[in-house]
Amino acid sequence: MNAATTSQKLLSRAALDQARGRRYAARKRVNQVALTLSLAAMAFGVFWLVWILWETLRLGLSGLSLSLFTEMTPPPNEAGGLANALYGSFMMVLLATFVGTPVGILAGIYLAEYGRRGWLAPATRFVNDILLSAPSIVIGLFVYTVVVLRFKSFSGWAGVVALALIVVPVVIRTTENMLLLVPASLREAAYALGTPKWKVITLVTLRAARAGVITGVLLAVARIAGETAPLLFTALNNQFWSGDLSKPMASLPVTIFKFAMSPYENWQQLAWAAVFLITVAVLALNILARVLTRQK
Amino acid sequence: MQDHKGFPVSITLTAPPMPQPQRQSGTGQAQPPTRGPLISAQLADRLFAWLARSAALLTLASLLGILISLLVGAWPSISTYGLGFLTSSAWDPVQNDYGGLVMIYGTLATSLIALVIAVPVSFGIALFLTELSPAWLKRPLGTAIELLAAVPSIVYGMWGLMVFGPILATWVQQPLQALLSGVPYLGALVSGPPVGIGILSAGIILAIMIIPFIASVMRDVFEVTPALLKESAYGLGATTWEVIWKVVLPYTKAGVLGGVMLGLGRALGETMAVTFVIGNMNQLNSLSVFEAANSITSALANEFAEAGEGLHQASLIYLGLVLFFITFVVLSASKLLLARLQKAEGARA
Repeated sequence: MNAATTSQKLLSRAALDQARGRRYAARKRVNQVALTLSLAAMAFGVFWLVWILWETLRLGLSGLSLSLFTEMTPPPNEAGGLANALYGSFMMVLLATFVGTPVGILAGIYLAEYGRRGWLAPATRFVNDILLSAPSIVIGLFVYTVVVLRFKSFSGWAGVVALALIVVPVVIRTTENMLLLVPASLREAAYALGTPKWKVITLVTLRAARAGVITGVLLAVARIAGETAPLLFTALNNQFWSGDLSKPMASLPVTIFKFAMSPYENWQQLAWAAVFLITVAVLALNILARVLTRQK
Repeated sequence: MQDHKGFPVSITLTAPPMPQPQRQSGTGQAQPPTRGPLISAQLADRLFAWLARSAALLTLASLLGILISLLVGAWPSISTYGLGFLTSSAWDPVQNDYGGLVMIYGTLATSLIALVIAVPVSFGIALFLTELSPAWLKRPLGTAIELLAAVPSIVYGMWGLMVFGPILATWVQQPLQALLSGVPYLGALVSGPPVGIGILSAGIILAIMIIPFIASVMRDVFEVTPALLKESAYGLGATTWEVIWKVVLPYTKAGVLGGVMLGLGRALGETMAVTFVIGNMNQLNSLSVFEAANSITSALANEFAEAGEGLHQASLIYLGLVLFFITFVVLSASKLLLARLQKAEGARA
C-alpha cells in the first residue's frame, strides 16, 4: 500500500511537471509573439518617417532651383518661384515669434517662480495645456472674428496674431519646465546677497535656463513654420509680392495647399519644392533644439 | 513669503527688513545710500510680478476670448437651428439651410479609425523603447518617433494625396473590395470608388500623425513605473510581456489613457492632413469607409474664406464651436488622467 501511494505520487508529480512545462512553453510563446509584434510596431513607426522623408526628398529636390527664391508664384502652367510666399512666411513667423515669446516667457516665469499658491497658476497651467493641443483652425476662426471682421480685411497682421497665439503655449510650457530644473540653491544664494526677486529671476534663474528657453522658442518657430490652418482665413494668400502686412499675404503652407490641390503640373512641382523647404527647415530646427538641450 | 495686495512679494528675500536693526542701534548711517535703490528695487519687483501675472492672465483670457468670439460668431446659426444643427445632415449654401451631422460624423469616424490603428502600434513602440531596445538604440529611435511628430501636417497631407492615396487604392482598397463584395454589411462598408481618397485614407494618415504623441506619452509613463515593482515580478519568473501587461500597464493605466486622449484630441482637430485626403464631399448616403466625406476641419478650411457673411459663415463657426467643445472635453480628460498618475507617483515617492 505504501509503495502504491508513492508510485501514484511520482506519477502525479510527473504529470504536474509536464503540465507546468507545457504552461511555461505557452507563456514563453505568448511573450515571444508579443515582443515580435512590438518590434514590428517600432519598425512600422520608423517606416512612415523614412517613407515620407524619402518622397519629400525625391520629389522636392527635383523642383529645387534658384528661381524659387527670386520669382513670384506663377499663374497655372507658367514658370515661377516662391519668393513672395517665402517672404510672407518669413515675416509672419518672425513677427509672431517676437510677439509671442515675451508673453510666453513671462507667463512661464509666473508659473515657475510666483505661482506657488492661489488659483491662477494651476488654472493657467491647465488652460495652457489645452491651448497647446487645441485645433489650430479654431484659433484661425477666433482671429478671423476678432481681427479680420473688425478691420474688414484679411491681412498679414491677422496671420501674425494667429501664429503668435500658437507660439505662446509652447514657450510657456518649456520656460516653466526649464526654470523648475534650476536648482533652488542658486536662487537662495542670490537672495542671500540681497538681490531683489526680479533680478534673481532675470539675471540668475532665467540665465541658467537659457538653453532650455531658447529650445522652446525654436520648437515654437518650427511649429508655426508649418502651420496652415490658422492662416487660411487670416492672412489668406497673395499671388503677388507684398511687403504690406495690412494686406493679404502669401505664405509657404497656404501656397502648398492651393498648389497641391490644383491639377496643374507646374503648381504641383512648386508645391513639392515648398514642402521640401518646410520639412528641411522644421526638422533642422527640431534637431538644433535637441542638440542645445543635450549640451546642457 | 508674503502676499502684498495680491502680489506675491517675498519679504524675506528682499532687503527691507535689513535696515531696521541699524535704525534701532541709532547709527542711521547706512540709510541714505540704501533707501533710494531699495524703493526702486521694490517697485521694480512689483512691476515685474505684475507683468508676469498679466502674461498668465492673458493666457486664461485667450481661452475665454476664443469661446466668446465663437459663440458670438455662431449666434445667428445657434438661434436658428439650436441643437438640431447637430443632427441635421443638410448643407446647402444655395437654399441657405445648414446642419452639421455630415461633418461631425466625418470627424468622429476618421478619429476612430486613427485610434484603432494608432493605439496598439503606439503601445508596441512604447514597449519596445522601454523594455526591449538596446540602450544605444533607445535615443535615436525615440528621436525618430518624436521627429515624426514635428513634421508639419501639410506635408502629411500632400504625401497622403500624391503618394499614399494611389498606393492604398491599388494595393488595399481594390483587393478588399474584390474579397468582400458579396459579403453583407462588410461589403457595404467597402463599397464606393477605390481611389484612395475618403474616410479610410484620412483615418490612416491621422493614425500615422498621432502615433508619436501617444507613443511618447506611453513611453514616459511606462518609465515612471518603479523598478522595484518590475524586478519583483521578474524575480517571480514573469516574462517580459507579463510584466508589461500585468504590472506596468495596471500601474500606469491612467497615464496611458491620458496619452490616448491626447492623441484623440490631436486627431479631432487636425486640419490639413484630413482636408487633402478626405475628398470634401457632403454626403452621408453611404457609410462606406472608401467614400469621400467631409470633416469639421476640412469644411472650415475649404469653405470659410469664401462663405458669405450671414448664416453660412455662422454655421461654419458653429461647427468650429462644436469642434472646440469636443476637443476641450477630450483634452481636459487627458490632462486630468495624466495628473492623477503624477499624483499617485508623488504620494508613493
